[in-house]
Amino acid sequence: MNIPYRPIALACIALLFSGLVLNRAQAGGGHYYAPVADPMVKEECGSCHLAFAPAMLPASSWRRMMADLGNHFGDDASVDADTAARITRYLVDNAADTGGQRFNDKLMRGVAMNNAPLRITELPRWQREHREVPDWEWRHKEVRSKANCVACHAGAERGYYDD
Amino acid sequence: MHHTLITLISLAAALLAGTAAAGPRDDLLAGYAAAARTASPAFAGFSAARGKDLHTRAFAAGKADTPACTSCHGQDPRGPGRTLTGKSIEAMALSVTPARYGDPAKVEKWFKRNCNEVLGRACSAQEKGDWLTYMAGQ
Ligand code: HEC
Ligand code: HEC
Ligand code: HEC
Repeated sequence: MNIPYRPIALACIALLFSGLVLNRAQAGGGHYYAPVADPMVKEECGSCHLAFAPAMLPASSWRRMMADLGNHFGDDASVDADTAARITRYLVDNAADTGGQRFNDKLMRGVAMNNAPLRITELPRWQREHREVPDWEWRHKEVRSKANCVACHAGAERGYYDD
Repeated sequence: MHHTLITLISLAAALLAGTAAAGPRDDLLAGYAAAARTASPAFAGFSAARGKDLHTRAFAAGKADTPACTSCHGQDPRGPGRTLTGKSIEAMALSVTPARYGDPAKVEKWFKRNCNEVLGRACSAQEKGDWLTYMAGQ
Protein backbone atom coordinates (compact mmCIF):
# COMPACT_ATOMS: atom_id res chain seq x y z
CA MET A 1 0.00 0.00 0.00
CA ASN A 2 1.15 3.46 -0.84
CA ILE A 3 1.03 5.78 2.21
CA PRO A 4 0.69 9.49 1.24
CA TYR A 5 3.35 10.85 3.61
CA ARG A 6 3.45 14.29 2.12
CA PRO A 7 -0.23 15.23 2.53
CA ILE A 8 -0.22 13.78 6.05
CA ALA A 9 2.82 15.79 7.03
CA LEU A 10 1.26 18.92 5.57
CA ALA A 11 -1.98 18.27 7.43
CA CYS A 12 -0.03 17.85 10.68
CA ILE A 13 1.79 21.11 10.14
CA ALA A 14 -1.47 22.87 9.35
CA LEU A 15 -3.04 21.48 12.51
CA LEU A 16 -0.09 22.50 14.64
CA PHE A 17 -0.15 25.96 13.15
CA SER A 18 -3.83 26.56 13.71
CA GLY A 19 -3.37 25.28 17.26
CA LEU A 20 -0.63 27.81 17.86
CA VAL A 21 -2.65 30.65 16.41
CA LEU A 22 -5.72 29.69 18.41
CA ASN A 23 -3.69 29.52 21.59
CA ARG A 24 -2.25 32.91 20.98
CA ALA A 25 -5.69 34.38 20.42
CA GLN A 26 -7.00 32.76 23.58
CA ALA A 27 -4.17 34.10 25.71
CA GLY A 28 -5.95 37.46 25.61
CA GLY A 29 -9.12 35.96 27.06
CA GLY A 30 -10.44 34.78 23.70
CA HIS A 31 -11.70 38.21 22.75
CA TYR A 32 -8.79 39.90 21.12
CA TYR A 33 -9.21 41.92 17.92
CA ALA A 34 -5.96 43.36 16.60
CA PRO A 35 -6.28 47.15 16.88
CA VAL A 36 -5.57 49.45 13.92
CA ALA A 37 -1.81 49.64 13.42
CA ASP A 38 -1.65 52.02 10.44
CA PRO A 39 -1.08 55.61 11.67
CA MET A 40 -3.09 57.16 8.84
CA VAL A 41 -6.12 54.95 9.56
CA LYS A 42 -5.75 55.68 13.26
CA GLU A 43 -5.74 59.41 12.58
CA GLU A 44 -8.61 59.51 10.09
CA CYS A 45 -10.84 56.83 11.62
CA GLY A 46 -9.93 57.25 15.27
CA SER A 47 -10.61 60.93 15.97
CA CYS A 48 -14.40 60.81 16.40
CA HIS A 49 -14.55 57.34 17.96
CA LEU A 50 -12.32 54.37 18.67
CA ALA A 51 -10.62 53.26 15.46
CA PHE A 52 -12.67 50.06 15.15
CA ALA A 53 -10.75 46.84 14.59
CA PRO A 54 -10.89 45.90 10.89
CA ALA A 55 -11.54 42.25 11.86
CA MET A 56 -14.94 43.22 13.27
CA LEU A 57 -16.54 43.62 9.84
CA PRO A 58 -16.18 41.79 6.52
CA ALA A 59 -14.33 43.36 3.59
CA SER A 60 -17.59 44.12 1.78
CA SER A 61 -18.66 46.33 4.72
CA TRP A 62 -15.49 48.39 4.65
CA ARG A 63 -15.75 48.87 0.88
CA ARG A 64 -19.33 50.03 1.20
CA MET A 65 -18.56 52.38 4.11
CA MET A 66 -15.51 53.88 2.43
CA ALA A 67 -17.52 54.60 -0.71
CA ASP A 68 -19.78 57.04 1.15
CA LEU A 69 -17.76 58.81 3.85
CA GLY A 70 -19.47 62.12 3.10
CA ASN A 71 -22.59 60.67 4.66
CA HIS A 72 -21.15 58.62 7.51
CA PHE A 73 -23.90 57.94 10.07
CA GLY A 74 -24.96 61.58 9.67
CA ASP A 75 -21.39 62.92 9.87
CA ASP A 76 -19.02 64.12 7.20
CA ALA A 77 -15.96 61.87 7.49
CA SER A 78 -14.75 62.43 3.95
CA VAL A 79 -11.05 62.44 3.07
CA ASP A 80 -9.21 62.99 -0.22
CA ALA A 81 -9.20 60.18 -2.79
CA ASP A 82 -5.63 58.99 -2.16
CA THR A 83 -6.17 58.79 1.58
CA ALA A 84 -9.47 56.98 1.07
CA ALA A 85 -7.80 54.43 -1.21
CA ARG A 86 -5.07 53.73 1.32
CA ILE A 87 -7.50 53.39 4.23
CA THR A 88 -9.75 51.11 2.18
CA ARG A 89 -6.82 48.86 1.32
CA TYR A 90 -5.82 48.53 4.97
CA LEU A 91 -9.34 47.79 6.20
CA VAL A 92 -10.09 45.33 3.40
CA ASP A 93 -6.76 43.51 3.86
CA ASN A 94 -7.41 43.03 7.58
CA ALA A 95 -11.16 42.39 7.50
CA ALA A 96 -13.04 39.57 9.22
CA ASP A 97 -13.03 37.41 6.08
CA THR A 98 -9.50 38.26 4.91
CA GLY A 99 -6.34 38.93 6.96
CA GLY A 100 -8.22 39.42 10.21
CA GLN A 101 -9.96 36.05 10.06
CA ARG A 102 -8.11 34.57 13.01
CA PHE A 103 -9.41 37.35 15.28
CA ASN A 104 -13.02 37.42 14.24
CA ASP A 105 -13.97 34.82 16.78
CA LYS A 106 -17.73 34.39 16.87
CA LEU A 107 -18.62 37.91 15.83
CA MET A 108 -19.23 36.86 12.22
CA ARG A 109 -21.64 34.08 13.16
CA GLY A 110 -24.87 34.54 11.23
CA VAL A 111 -23.38 37.28 9.05
CA ALA A 112 -23.42 36.85 5.28
CA MET A 113 -19.98 38.11 4.31
CA ASN A 114 -21.22 39.81 1.16
CA ASN A 115 -24.13 41.47 2.95
CA ALA A 116 -21.98 44.47 3.96
CA PRO A 117 -23.47 45.38 7.36
CA LEU A 118 -22.29 48.86 8.36
CA ARG A 119 -22.56 48.59 12.12
CA ILE A 120 -20.64 46.26 14.39
CA THR A 121 -23.29 47.00 17.00
CA GLU A 122 -25.97 45.50 14.75
CA LEU A 123 -24.23 42.16 14.17
CA PRO A 124 -26.40 39.41 15.69
CA ARG A 125 -23.54 38.09 17.77
CA TRP A 126 -22.64 41.53 19.13
CA GLN A 127 -26.25 42.03 20.15
CA ARG A 128 -26.32 38.66 21.89
CA GLU A 129 -23.14 39.42 23.82
CA HIS A 130 -24.71 42.68 24.99
CA ARG A 131 -28.32 41.67 25.58
CA GLU A 132 -27.80 41.67 29.35
CA VAL A 133 -26.53 45.22 29.44
CA PRO A 134 -29.39 47.17 31.03
CA ASP A 135 -31.04 50.10 29.30
CA TRP A 136 -29.95 52.68 31.83
CA GLU A 137 -26.34 51.73 31.24
CA TRP A 138 -26.56 52.55 27.52
CA ARG A 139 -28.04 55.91 28.41
CA HIS A 140 -25.44 56.68 31.08
CA LYS A 141 -23.70 59.96 30.35
CA GLU A 142 -20.33 58.23 30.23
CA VAL A 143 -21.61 55.82 27.55
CA ARG A 144 -24.26 57.58 25.44
CA SER A 145 -23.55 55.47 22.35
CA LYS A 146 -23.23 51.74 21.78
CA ALA A 147 -20.24 52.55 19.61
CA ASN A 148 -18.43 53.94 22.66
CA CYS A 149 -16.75 50.58 23.32
CA VAL A 150 -14.04 52.15 25.51
CA ALA A 151 -16.57 53.25 28.12
CA CYS A 152 -17.07 49.60 29.14
CA HIS A 153 -14.06 47.81 27.62
CA ALA A 154 -11.07 49.58 29.11
CA GLY A 155 -8.71 47.54 26.92
CA ALA A 156 -10.51 48.24 23.63
CA GLU A 157 -7.78 50.56 22.29
CA ARG A 158 -5.37 47.65 22.69
CA GLY A 159 -7.81 45.13 21.22
CA TYR A 160 -9.16 43.45 24.38
CA TYR A 161 -12.88 43.04 25.00
CA ASP A 162 -12.91 40.61 27.88
CA ASP A 163 -13.90 42.95 30.71
CA MET B 1 -7.24 99.22 22.30
CA HIS B 2 -8.38 96.25 20.25
CA HIS B 3 -5.49 96.70 17.90
CA THR B 4 -2.85 96.49 20.61
CA LEU B 5 -4.54 93.30 21.83
CA ILE B 6 -4.46 91.79 18.36
CA THR B 7 -0.85 92.83 17.86
CA LEU B 8 0.05 91.28 21.20
CA ILE B 9 -1.74 88.07 20.35
CA SER B 10 -0.14 87.82 16.92
CA LEU B 11 3.21 88.51 18.56
CA ALA B 12 2.65 85.77 21.12
CA ALA B 13 1.53 83.40 18.38
CA ALA B 14 4.57 84.29 16.30
CA LEU B 15 6.84 83.70 19.28
CA LEU B 16 5.19 80.34 19.99
CA ALA B 17 5.48 79.35 16.37
CA GLY B 18 9.03 80.74 16.36
CA THR B 19 11.03 77.56 15.98
CA ALA B 20 8.66 76.11 13.39
CA ALA B 21 10.53 77.74 10.50
CA ALA B 22 8.20 79.55 8.06
CA GLY B 23 5.27 79.03 10.44
CA PRO B 24 2.39 77.34 8.62
CA ARG B 25 0.09 78.84 11.26
CA ASP B 26 0.98 82.39 10.24
CA ASP B 27 0.53 81.54 6.58
CA LEU B 28 -2.85 80.09 7.38
CA LEU B 29 -3.94 83.24 9.23
CA ALA B 30 -2.53 85.45 6.47
CA GLY B 31 -4.56 83.44 3.95
CA TYR B 32 -7.75 83.88 5.96
CA ALA B 33 -7.02 87.61 6.34
CA ALA B 34 -6.63 88.03 2.59
CA ALA B 35 -9.88 86.16 1.95
CA ALA B 36 -11.69 88.19 4.61
CA ARG B 37 -10.47 91.43 3.04
CA THR B 38 -11.73 90.31 -0.35
CA ALA B 39 -15.10 89.41 1.14
CA SER B 40 -15.42 92.71 2.97
CA PRO B 41 -13.28 95.79 2.36
CA ALA B 42 -14.21 96.93 5.87
CA PHE B 43 -12.30 94.01 7.37
CA ALA B 44 -10.06 95.39 10.13
CA GLY B 45 -8.23 92.37 11.52
CA PHE B 46 -9.22 89.34 13.53
CA SER B 47 -10.66 89.51 17.00
CA ALA B 48 -10.13 86.97 19.76
CA ALA B 49 -13.32 88.22 21.42
CA ARG B 50 -15.38 87.37 18.33
CA GLY B 51 -13.56 84.04 18.18
CA LYS B 52 -14.55 83.29 21.74
CA ASP B 53 -18.16 84.15 20.95
CA LEU B 54 -18.13 81.78 17.97
CA HIS B 55 -16.62 79.06 20.13
CA THR B 56 -19.12 79.30 22.98
CA ARG B 57 -22.37 80.42 21.35
CA ALA B 58 -25.20 77.92 20.87
CA PHE B 59 -26.47 77.93 17.27
CA ALA B 60 -29.82 76.58 16.16
CA ALA B 61 -29.16 75.72 12.51
CA GLY B 62 -26.74 72.84 13.07
CA LYS B 63 -27.31 69.45 14.62
CA ALA B 64 -29.43 69.32 17.75
CA ASP B 65 -26.80 67.23 19.55
CA THR B 66 -24.05 69.72 18.94
CA PRO B 67 -25.30 73.32 19.22
CA ALA B 68 -21.82 74.75 19.99
CA CYS B 69 -18.14 74.11 19.43
CA THR B 70 -17.97 73.53 23.16
CA SER B 71 -20.35 70.54 22.80
CA CYS B 72 -17.29 68.52 21.85
CA HIS B 73 -14.35 70.73 22.74
CA GLY B 74 -15.56 71.50 26.26
CA GLN B 75 -16.16 74.79 28.07
CA ASP B 76 -12.49 75.36 28.88
CA PRO B 77 -10.25 75.72 25.81
CA ARG B 78 -7.30 74.68 27.96
CA GLY B 79 -9.02 71.45 29.01
CA PRO B 80 -9.75 68.30 27.00
CA GLY B 81 -12.99 67.73 25.12
CA ARG B 82 -14.99 64.67 24.15
CA THR B 83 -16.98 63.57 21.12
CA LEU B 84 -20.47 62.14 21.50
CA THR B 85 -19.02 58.71 20.81
CA GLY B 86 -16.74 59.03 23.80
CA LYS B 87 -13.42 59.83 22.17
CA SER B 88 -11.42 62.36 24.15
CA ILE B 89 -10.04 65.40 22.30
CA GLU B 90 -6.88 67.20 23.34
CA ALA B 91 -7.23 70.83 24.44
CA MET B 92 -7.67 73.34 21.61
CA ALA B 93 -5.58 76.05 23.32
CA LEU B 94 -2.27 76.35 21.52
CA SER B 95 -0.40 76.82 24.81
CA VAL B 96 -1.62 73.41 26.01
CA THR B 97 -1.38 71.50 22.70
CA PRO B 98 1.47 73.20 20.80
CA ALA B 99 1.19 70.83 17.83
CA ARG B 100 -2.21 72.27 16.90
CA TYR B 101 -2.98 74.20 13.69
CA GLY B 102 0.37 73.34 12.12
CA ASP B 103 -1.20 71.34 9.29
CA PRO B 104 -3.44 73.60 7.15
CA ALA B 105 -5.16 70.65 5.46
CA LYS B 106 -6.15 69.26 8.84
CA VAL B 107 -7.43 72.63 10.03
CA GLU B 108 -9.50 73.11 6.89
CA LYS B 109 -10.87 69.57 7.05
CA TRP B 110 -12.16 70.08 10.56
CA PHE B 111 -13.50 73.60 9.98
CA LYS B 112 -15.51 72.15 7.10
CA ARG B 113 -16.89 69.27 9.18
CA ASN B 114 -17.43 71.11 12.45
CA CYS B 115 -18.88 74.38 11.17
CA ASN B 116 -21.43 72.35 9.23
CA GLU B 117 -22.15 70.30 12.32
CA VAL B 118 -22.63 73.33 14.60
CA LEU B 119 -23.74 76.23 12.37
CA GLY B 120 -25.31 74.20 9.58
CA ARG B 121 -23.10 76.05 7.08
CA ALA B 122 -19.45 76.72 6.28
CA CYS B 123 -17.55 79.23 8.41
CA SER B 124 -16.35 82.40 6.69
CA ALA B 125 -12.65 83.24 6.46
CA GLN B 126 -13.21 85.94 9.07
CA GLU B 127 -14.81 83.48 11.48
CA LYS B 128 -11.98 80.99 11.02
CA GLY B 129 -9.36 83.69 11.61
CA ASP B 130 -11.17 85.00 14.69
CA TRP B 131 -11.46 81.52 16.12
CA LEU B 132 -7.80 80.67 15.46
CA THR B 133 -6.72 83.99 16.95
CA TYR B 134 -8.72 83.20 20.07
CA MET B 135 -7.16 79.72 20.41
CA ALA B 136 -3.65 80.99 19.68
CA GLY B 137 -4.01 83.39 22.60
CA GLN B 138 -5.30 80.78 25.01
C1 HEC C 1 -16.32 63.18 11.78
C2 HEC C 1 -16.43 62.10 12.72
C3 HEC C 1 -16.14 60.69 12.22
C4 HEC C 1 -15.06 60.24 11.51
C5 HEC C 1 -13.88 61.05 11.03
C6 HEC C 1 -15.25 58.81 11.34
N1 HEC C 1 -16.43 58.41 11.92
FE1 HEC C 1 -17.12 56.50 12.03
N2 HEC C 1 -18.80 57.16 13.01
C7 HEC C 1 -19.05 58.48 13.33
C8 HEC C 1 -20.35 58.57 13.98
C9 HEC C 1 -21.03 59.84 14.48
C10 HEC C 1 -20.85 57.24 14.05
C11 HEC C 1 -22.17 56.78 14.67
C12 HEC C 1 -21.90 56.54 16.14
C13 HEC C 1 -23.12 56.18 16.94
O1 HEC C 1 -23.94 55.42 16.48
O2 HEC C 1 -23.20 56.66 18.08
C14 HEC C 1 -19.84 56.38 13.44
C15 HEC C 1 -19.94 55.00 13.34
C16 HEC C 1 -19.00 54.17 12.76
C17 HEC C 1 -19.11 52.73 12.69
C18 HEC C 1 -20.26 51.89 13.22
C19 HEC C 1 -20.18 51.69 14.72
C20 HEC C 1 -21.23 50.74 15.21
O3 HEC C 1 -22.31 51.20 15.64
O4 HEC C 1 -21.00 49.53 15.13
C21 HEC C 1 -18.00 52.27 12.04
C22 HEC C 1 -17.66 50.82 11.74
C23 HEC C 1 -17.20 53.44 11.70
N3 HEC C 1 -17.82 54.57 12.16
C24 HEC C 1 -16.01 53.39 10.99
C25 HEC C 1 -15.27 54.52 10.61
C26 HEC C 1 -14.13 54.48 9.74
C27 HEC C 1 -13.57 53.25 9.06
C28 HEC C 1 -13.67 55.77 9.65
C29 HEC C 1 -12.48 56.28 8.83
C30 HEC C 1 -12.60 56.22 7.41
C31 HEC C 1 -14.54 56.61 10.45
N4 HEC C 1 -15.50 55.82 11.00
C32 HEC C 1 -14.39 57.99 10.63
C33 HEC C 1 -18.23 59.56 13.12
C34 HEC C 1 -17.01 59.53 12.46
C1 HEC D 1 -22.46 49.76 28.14
C2 HEC D 1 -21.26 48.95 28.19
C3 HEC D 1 -20.73 48.33 26.89
C4 HEC D 1 -20.43 48.96 25.70
C5 HEC D 1 -20.62 50.44 25.34
C6 HEC D 1 -19.88 47.95 24.82
N1 HEC D 1 -19.82 46.75 25.47
FE1 HEC D 1 -19.06 45.00 24.75
N2 HEC D 1 -19.65 44.04 26.44
C7 HEC D 1 -20.23 44.62 27.55
C8 HEC D 1 -20.56 43.60 28.52
C9 HEC D 1 -21.19 43.84 29.89
C10 HEC D 1 -20.16 42.37 27.94
C11 HEC D 1 -20.30 40.98 28.51
C12 HEC D 1 -19.18 40.80 29.50
C13 HEC D 1 -18.44 39.53 29.33
O1 HEC D 1 -19.02 38.55 28.92
O2 HEC D 1 -17.23 39.56 29.58
C14 HEC D 1 -19.59 42.68 26.64
C15 HEC D 1 -19.06 41.72 25.78
C16 HEC D 1 -18.40 42.03 24.59
C17 HEC D 1 -17.71 41.07 23.76
C18 HEC D 1 -17.57 39.60 24.07
C19 HEC D 1 -16.49 39.44 25.08
C20 HEC D 1 -16.71 38.28 26.02
O3 HEC D 1 -15.85 38.11 26.90
O4 HEC D 1 -17.72 37.59 25.91
C21 HEC D 1 -17.19 41.73 22.69
C22 HEC D 1 -16.36 41.17 21.55
C23 HEC D 1 -17.58 43.13 22.85
N3 HEC D 1 -18.29 43.27 24.01
C24 HEC D 1 -17.28 44.12 21.93
C25 HEC D 1 -17.74 45.42 22.03
C26 HEC D 1 -17.53 46.43 21.01
C27 HEC D 1 -16.76 46.22 19.71
C28 HEC D 1 -18.14 47.57 21.46
C29 HEC D 1 -18.24 48.91 20.73
C30 HEC D 1 -18.67 48.86 19.35
C31 HEC D 1 -18.73 47.27 22.75
N4 HEC D 1 -18.48 45.97 23.06
C32 HEC D 1 -19.43 48.19 23.53
C33 HEC D 1 -20.47 45.97 27.72
C34 HEC D 1 -20.34 46.94 26.75
C1 HEC E 1 -19.01 66.68 17.01
C2 HEC E 1 -17.85 67.07 17.80
C3 HEC E 1 -17.16 68.39 17.44
C4 HEC E 1 -17.72 69.65 17.39
C5 HEC E 1 -19.17 70.05 17.69
C6 HEC E 1 -16.66 70.56 17.04
N1 HEC E 1 -15.50 69.86 16.86
FE1 HEC E 1 -13.71 70.64 16.24
N2 HEC E 1 -12.89 68.77 16.27
C7 HEC E 1 -13.53 67.61 16.66
C8 HEC E 1 -12.64 66.48 16.52
C9 HEC E 1 -12.97 65.02 16.84
C10 HEC E 1 -11.41 67.00 16.03
C11 HEC E 1 -10.15 66.20 15.65
C12 HEC E 1 -9.42 65.73 16.86
C13 HEC E 1 -8.23 66.54 17.21
O1 HEC E 1 -7.76 67.35 16.41
O2 HEC E 1 -7.75 66.37 18.34
C14 HEC E 1 -11.61 68.44 15.88
C15 HEC E 1 -10.65 69.30 15.39
C16 HEC E 1 -10.85 70.64 15.13
C17 HEC E 1 -9.89 71.50 14.47
C18 HEC E 1 -8.51 71.08 13.96
C19 HEC E 1 -7.49 71.18 15.06
C20 HEC E 1 -6.07 70.99 14.60
O3 HEC E 1 -5.27 70.55 15.43
O4 HEC E 1 -5.75 71.26 13.45
C21 HEC E 1 -10.47 72.74 14.37
C22 HEC E 1 -9.87 73.96 13.72
C23 HEC E 1 -11.79 72.64 14.98
N3 HEC E 1 -12.00 71.36 15.44
C24 HEC E 1 -12.66 73.70 15.08
C25 HEC E 1 -13.96 73.60 15.57
C26 HEC E 1 -14.90 74.70 15.58
C27 HEC E 1 -14.62 76.12 15.10
C28 HEC E 1 -16.07 74.21 16.09
C29 HEC E 1 -17.40 74.94 16.26
C30 HEC E 1 -17.89 75.65 15.07
C31 HEC E 1 -15.86 72.79 16.38
N4 HEC E 1 -14.57 72.47 16.06
C32 HEC E 1 -16.83 71.93 16.86
C33 HEC E 1 -14.83 67.51 17.08
C34 HEC E 1 -15.76 68.55 17.12
